[in-house]
Amino acid sequence: MTDTQATTQARRIPAPAVNNESKPFWDAAKEGRFLIKRCGDCGKPHWYPRVICPYCFSLNPKWEESPGEGVIYTFSVMFHSNVPYAIGYVTLDEGPSMLTNFVDCDLSALKIGQRVKLRFQPTENGAPVPVFAPA
Amino acid sequence: MSIKGKAYIGGVFEHPTREAIGYSTPQLHAECAKGALEDAGLSKDDIDGYFCAGDAPGFGAMSMADYMGLKLRHMDSTETGGSSYILHVGHAAEAIAAGKCSVALVTLAGRPRSMRGGGMGGGRGPGGPPGGGFSDVPEAGFENIYGGSTHNTYGMCAARHMYEYGTTSEQLAWIKVAASHHAQWNEHAMLREVVTVEDVLNSPMIATPLHRMDCCVISDGGGAVIVVSPEVAKSLNRPKVKIIGAGEAPKGPRGGNDLDLTYSGAVWSGPAAFEEAGVKPADMKYASIYDSFTITVLMQIEDLGFCKKGEGGKFVADGNLISGVGKLPFNTDGGGLCNNHPTNRGGITKVIEAVRQLRGEAHPKVQVPSCDLAIAHGTGGSLGTRHGAATVIMERE
Repeated sequence: MTDTQATTQARRIPAPAVNNESKPFWDAAKEGRFLIKRCGDCGKPHWYPRVICPYCFSLNPKWEESPGEGVIYTFSVMFHSNVPYAIGYVTLDEGPSMLTNFVDCDLSALKIGQRVKLRFQPTENGAPVPVFAPA
Repeated sequence: MSIKGKAYIGGVFEHPTREAIGYSTPQLHAECAKGALEDAGLSKDDIDGYFCAGDAPGFGAMSMADYMGLKLRHMDSTETGGSSYILHVGHAAEAIAAGKCSVALVTLAGRPRSMRGGGMGGGRGPGGPPGGGFSDVPEAGFENIYGGSTHNTYGMCAARHMYEYGTTSEQLAWIKVAASHHAQWNEHAMLREVVTVEDVLNSPMIATPLHRMDCCVISDGGGAVIVVSPEVAKSLNRPKVKIIGAGEAPKGPRGGNDLDLTYSGAVWSGPAAFEEAGVKPADMKYASIYDSFTITVLMQIEDLGFCKKGEGGKFVADGNLISGVGKLPFNTDGGGLCNNHPTNRGGITKVIEAVRQLRGEAHPKVQVPSCDLAIAHGTGGSLGTRHGAATVIMERE
């Protein structure tokens, strides 16, 4: 299937919605740094970043820079679209899984369990967003 | 307190339209309400409780209550996407058991087909995939950018289920095949042609691994259910369908460490409902199982306990869901896969077909003999991100 050769490069990603709670994440993204939150009390990391820990309800989660490495938990290649693209979850080496797109690759060759690494993709008039490509 | 035996289904109605050109959405809700009242033999002024979800135009329950001229002493607009109306039946039974109302109306209606994207999105509240302009929906900024849709978020679930359990596209296709066998007898069904496993596998790929025929239809329409107290039920000239158990639960990634897309919230709502009802999955004569996609059915059948986790593929294969053929007759109206999926939300039609089966009023070709116990179960929102599960168990008295 030749159209699986397409990558998500052609799919334009809208600017992410930003609020007071998420602004530090997107400010760091503009500098090319990927942040997650880890609770200063129970020590568990979580995703997406919150002010309150979803595990122990502490108000002490702290920003932590992550190398953005992990494995593909699952994915789906979307053909019901002008440009095929891959959406899926990556389980970060720190533990949490995050929704993302897979880019710069042959979409027909993606595999669950495959190692991937984060990169930032520009958006339309907004902060760049975390996406992943084969490591 | 249990709801077991404290409330009955008094009336149901499924709107016959599938493309509601020339209708307004409030009108569809009201026509469904009128149909369910006529089915029950009740009048509008008997209604003292009203239940609706995000497809009801206006502000919670209030705009539609006012439009229909209802005088209420109880209202509930809990929103869990397509499963809302199954959940509402449970909530209505609770309210009736607590003496808060005695005739509860539940409505669903909408026009996503004729409005072509301008209608209320089903199972997709603000912050759900995709789009969402509400920056204060907590996950919005981190998820809505990735092009998530119902097709591909359910596709992700199917891909992981296949990876962990060896489930195949052929097995998923059997779910559509069974639905099509039922839909051929339903004059209102959108897709009445009986299809084969090969037909499903040869239909275009929509979002891997789901083909077009793994997906439900897009339709206008609606439905209504009236839940009544035992005293009201006794006064009605209709077969008695008693609510004996209900359960509900939300499920999501909860900080990303709980992500497991191989099961649904049915693992919680199902056991709660079965325990309250005092029955087991094997006792069910008929099952209405939400079928937004074939994978939705397979996962929920496992999670409700009809078979072991991971064995859903084997369970649904070879016609096991076809009425008169297999062990678990499901969605005998053709379901969302073939009949309708009004306003992109299938919950109410799941309750309605279960009630038809329990009354002996399903199409003769699909009616389950001596059908005295049935389950209606749904998933609303997205199986691949966060969703609400709702289960209701009903018994013919």
